Amino acid sequence: MPTREDLDKVLLIGSGPIVIGQAAEFDYSGSQACRAIREEGIEVVLVNSNPATIMTDPEIADEVYLEPLEPEYVERIIEKEQPDALISSLGGQTGLNVSAQLAEQGVLEEYDVELLGTSLETIHMSEDRQQFAEFLDDIDEDTARSMTVESVDQVDEVIKKFGLPVIMRTTYTLGGSGSGVVRSREELEQKVEKGIELSMTDEVTVDESIEGWKEFEYEVIRDKNDTTITICNMENIDKMGIHTGESTVVTPSQTISDDVHQRMRSTGIRVIRDLGIIGGCNIQLAYNDATDEIKVVEVNPRVSRSSALASKATGYPIARVTAKIAVGKTMDEIRNDITKETPASFEPTIDYVVTKIPRWPFDKFEGVDRTIGSAMKSTGEVMSIGRTFEESMKKALRSLDIVEPEFDTDEEVQRYLETPTDIRMFACIEAFRREFTVDDVVEATDFDRWYVARLKKIADMEERLADEGATEDAVREAKRLGFTDREIAEHTGESLGDVEDSRGEATYKMVDTCAAEFEAETPYYYSSWESVDEVKDTKGDKVLIVGAGPIRIGQGVEFDYCTVHAVQALENEGVEAQIVNNNPETVSTDYDTSDKLFFDPLTLEDVVNIVENEDVDWVMTQFGGQTSVNLAVPIAEELERRSLDAAVVGTSPDSMDLAEDRDRFNELMDDIGVKQPEGGTGHSEEEALAIADDIGYPVLVRPSYVLGGRAMQVVWDEFELREYMEEAVRVSPDHPILVDEFLADAVELDIDAVSDGEDVLIGGIMEHIEAAGVHSGDSACVLPPQNVDEERLDEARDAVRKIAKELEVEGLLNAQMAVQDGEVYILEANPRSSRTIPFVSKAVGVPLAKAAARAMMGTSLDEMPYEDEPYGDHVAVKEVVLPFDRLPGVSPTLSPEMKSTGEVMGVDYGFGRAFYKAELAAGNPLPDSGTVFVSVRDKDKDDIVDVARKFSDLGFSLVATEGTQKHLKEHDVEADFIEKVHEASPNVVDLMKRDEVDLIVNTPDEKRAREDGVDIRREAVDRDVPYITTLRAAEAAVEAIESAATEEISVNSITGYLENR
Amino acid sequence: MTEMDAYLALEDGTVVEGQGHGVAGEVQGELVFTTQYTGYEESLTDPSYEFQLLMFTYPLIGNYGVDPEVFQSDGIKAEACIAREFSTDPDDVLQWFRDEEIPAMSGVDTRALTIKTREHGAMNAGLVVGEDVSEERAVELAEDCPPISSKDLGARVTVSERQRLEGYGGSDVEVALIDCGCKKNIIESLRQRSIDVVRMPYDSTSGDVRDVDPDAVFVSNGPGDPAQYTDAVDVVDEFTGELPVAGVCLGAQVVGRAFDAETYKLKFGHRGANQPVKDLEDDVVHITAQNHGFAVDEDTLGSDLEVTEINANDGTSEAVRSDYLKVEARQYHPEAHSGPRDTEEEFFDGVKEDFVEGL
Repeated sequence: MPTREDLDKVLLIGSGPIVIGQAAEFDYSGSQACRAIREEGIEVVLVNSNPATIMTDPEIADEVYLEPLEPEYVERIIEKEQPDALISSLGGQTGLNVSAQLAEQGVLEEYDVELLGTSLETIHMSEDRQQFAEFLDDIDEDTARSMTVESVDQVDEVIKKFGLPVIMRTTYTLGGSGSGVVRSREELEQKVEKGIELSMTDEVTVDESIEGWKEFEYEVIRDKNDTTITICNMENIDKMGIHTGESTVVTPSQTISDDVHQRMRSTGIRVIRDLGIIGGCNIQLAYNDATDEIKVVEVNPRVSRSSALASKATGYPIARVTAKIAVGKTMDEIRNDITKETPASFEPTIDYVVTKIPRWPFDKFEGVDRTIGSAMKSTGEVMSIGRTFEESMKKALRSLDIVEPEFDTDEEVQRYLETPTDIRMFACIEAFRREFTVDDVVEATDFDRWYVARLKKIADMEERLADEGATEDAVREAKRLGFTDREIAEHTGESLGDVEDSRGEATYKMVDTCAAEFEAETPYYYSSWESVDEVKDTKGDKVLIVGAGPIRIGQGVEFDYCTVHAVQALENEGVEAQIVNNNPETVSTDYDTSDKLFFDPLTLEDVVNIVENEDVDWVMTQFGGQTSVNLAVPIAEELERRSLDAAVVGTSPDSMDLAEDRDRFNELMDDIGVKQPEGGTGHSEEEALAIADDIGYPVLVRPSYVLGGRAMQVVWDEFELREYMEEAVRVSPDHPILVDEFLADAVELDIDAVSDGEDVLIGGIMEHIEAAGVHSGDSACVLPPQNVDEERLDEARDAVRKIAKELEVEGLLNAQMAVQDGEVYILEANPRSSRTIPFVSKAVGVPLAKAAARAMMGTSLDEMPYEDEPYGDHVAVKEVVLPFDRLPGVSPTLSPEMKSTGEVMGVDYGFGRAFYKAELAAGNPLPDSGTVFVSVRDKDKDDIVDVARKFSDLGFSLVATEGTQKHLKEHDVEADFIEKVHEASPNVVDLMKRDEVDLIVNTPDEKRAREDGVDIRREAVDRDVPYITTLRAAEAAVEAIESAATEEISVNSITGYLENR
Repeated sequence: MTEMDAYLALEDGTVVEGQGHGVAGEVQGELVFTTQYTGYEESLTDPSYEFQLLMFTYPLIGNYGVDPEVFQSDGIKAEACIAREFSTDPDDVLQWFRDEEIPAMSGVDTRALTIKTREHGAMNAGLVVGEDVSEERAVELAEDCPPISSKDLGARVTVSERQRLEGYGGSDVEVALIDCGCKKNIIESLRQRSIDVVRMPYDSTSGDVRDVDPDAVFVSNGPGDPAQYTDAVDVVDEFTGELPVAGVCLGAQVVGRAFDAETYKLKFGHRGANQPVKDLEDDVVHITAQNHGFAVDEDTLGSDLEVTEINANDGTSEAVRSDYLKVEARQYHPEAHSGPRDTEEEFFDGVKEDFVEGL
């Protein structure tokens, strides 16, 4: 069936901000889908609130709307664009939910918009546990059984039916509290009783536990002609009980026979067929070795995180094929874009081993529970490809870009084997360095023996290297098992050069969907230590762009966006653009993004091996965030050491170092007359205390040897500083701490610019909405600035130009500045891509990363069609999304350490409206009525009056703590009195518990108030109550609510806003 | 245990060195590759691999041990097994090679060899395994290796005498199965449908079949060139129009030849568990297991047989049928084991219906 002729325009809904459980994979699938649909001559209208995505680039879709993914906004877009159809299956759960709401509200019917792909009925059927279980029963497939329990008397029956353990599921309670594995009768009785009490429906659900069964996933695609194929299967090393998104996963399956594999595959195909799913989807299955039983766990009726992994693992473009199917094609009509010869209606097969390991954010949170289980905590993942399992595993472990954990005692190792955490795989390898046996580790981890025996080989190899030294045999075998030269040098005690002499050369193999059965055109490679290299010989100049690795807090999808932009820019510069990266969720690792893709770890050795093999001329490290920036200097040195004729292009590594070296940077700022907050370096506790005393509290402290805000803190008095030095960061002459004046109440500015070495292009200036002392990555911001006068802005611009010139920046420059009492200060300047690049680029319509890549290759800014800060009449607000709801127990406070996982953009005419959209898109919708709690510090008391009055005028009732209430009353604003938290009840926490407060404005100053703030915020996070901590944000909120109350919702495409300039 | 070396030589002069396993010895035959990542036990015991050195494109073979229950014949039928690496924990597969006295080789860049095979076409090969082996000997073996088409391979893998196997749960109908090297699961799939199977040597004559007086004739899979199977072609020729006839893989080629079609050697064959087959009636694509180096030239097929399915990759014929003659043959392996089971029910249920109805 050819593409449908009745479709002229379709609407695609994206997945919104990066959150735990929904990362960059939908940028990848959405971008691929847009291209696939437009190839068919159909226009695509895209809506997504996340600016840090490639899919929201103007060239990806015909119209791009950066609007909240809420039904009423999407409805306006539908009204305006009049699409013929809607594709719901490529925007994750968010896209699916919005589509379902639009259908249920009759919007699709009203505007005659067809829902393409899987029907809503099917989606409901696969998402509703009860319905799904009944469906499976009807087609004679097995699943974990489930029972509704209404009284403790039924516990006997439950145990008789399911045995122990069982899984308790409380229904309709907050945060799923009380759910989980129950192992004893007493516990079950207790939990059932409590669960029933808490439940709004007076019942709980108890499921049979299949914990400990092997867990598999099959990626399935079906077209409307009923052709149904599986793309690959995946085996979770972690067994049932650990969320597949939290599991270490291997493709293809290693430990099951063809019989078991084919039975699961057949079950998968049957379930998907009978459900009637159209397009890509995923089925999870559990297998019990002992009883040879298979059970269906669940179906994801859409493209998912696993689809991205399966696509990258096999080379098969699932999103592309799903999109083509949605617009009418069948798989036999779609060409396999990899071989260019065969159709998409085949099953890929692979001749390598793929390993995926999640990346967890535990390094960002003190005291966080590192245990992993049935709920997602990871923010991203790495994938690696090897010809041996060990190679695949070792590459994946080093791709995580974390400090390898150390274990002190056997008991500690044992504990980490038994308890699933982020470092269990490291513990397995460590165990074999300590005389644990394979049986010990199998027993402790419950991993399949095959994996454990393989992990042992890694430790055995280390021992062999130590015993045997760098013999050619040992070195080659170690390379095949994925050891780096440096590791081999370390274990053997030989020099790096000696190891390199005996190891041979890396060979690069192709990911071609067919295990070499057919000739393929794809430029997608991975490194191996085999005899034949297959990379297609190409002539001409080559640039290798170092990617950003896994999505993590502080290094999100925005750096993938920059990486992809760099590639796109180079297309016009007549050079071959190559990417090295290890993140399977991203656009940068799509087979058709770059001229050549190397799916490899981002370590010095792996990267420079590519440079050597490929005869690369230039390496770009500016775009991949801290991971690639940290490699700039080492790569430059390594190129020299290996005598390779290549260079790190752009701003010199020395300038990058200068920007990060506190003393050198201070000196430079003094020289060029740019003010900095006062500060000093404390090499001992006494010295640090003296500096702080000198500057006056509060001060900002951080260790000098850690980059990127780690362990940075504002301390308010000597006691806190001592506490910091005792508990958080030990001070020593080798590890001094930096103590800086904290510019309280300053307005912070963020500036993104590009320089070609001569001229500077300022893309845009953002003003932070959050208080100073919050990490810039966590602060909401607005562009253009709203509260800083032109003279101050000019000073800031001047400073940026001077710094760019002095640092001889070629490429990007991000400056963080502060304005306090009319003075402009520089806080930091970083000559590399920043996380605000996509936001600014979209808000002003200037692709800064592209301009930077071209400038780095020698094109002058003069030759580019861009002007400075081309603001329009619109205002853009960036708001962040925080992961506190996913990480129970973590203190939900913002600090100088970054904690947000993602961001959204709200655009409109006027700050209030833009802010309103941004808050809505970030999942903190501002209320249109109800009660506002107000408690502000003395300094803000005068200014809060107008805000409070406006709330009152808008029909809100106010409650306030003593001081604030009094002050408001004096200015004729009525507010009810309420106790302070920690003083008496009822206080605002009680109000929240009773659902009697809809917005919180709390600007704390003293330490006590900040402690109250923690409790308030925790409760607010759990109850989804918007929480505002600065006067500026309060003003913004009331302006936003006012505009929402008085004006119609308006939507506009991003090009629409820009054209109105 | 002493370590053994191995040399593999190909007819184009390629020689690679690797580790030897199983037993010391030398073999010659055609080097072929299969792209399946599971099913090594089933593949190695598939009699169609007679006179072939079977190389797995998946680099890790033997991970889940060896289970004799799934063997497709009484033991390993491939001349040798080549993989990047064999599992040592469990080490069942290595033990199996020793037990069956099969030479095997690991430690070679199998992907490079696969590409060579794809580009050159399947090549004759020589493999030597032992403690003191020479590269020259491997080259000699490769050079001396007779072409697979010249070999009467059916003789090596067929049953020596007629054997009657009853259907499970009843005996609805009886089929004479011409065993050219039949996979166990073809017989199982028939018996599971209450079909009695009379397994007959590959060179049975029409007279031999008449002695049995079956309700239908089924030609199995088997190794080598279908042109070698003249007796089987005669049987099909004789009984067509009288009894329903079915065939799988080589059986399909035999059926084609009985209808005067020509068969030819594919460049490097289809071997794997991911081959797409398109049903020309409803355009649905099924994924199939395949293992064949020869194919029926559909242009020479004449009008009695209709091509009903084709390979979606290269357009070669995958199924032929005649409704009025009740002839039904598949180039792929609907019986799977190993491989996907998408077409098992449809094919075997269909032939049973034909067998029961008769002509």
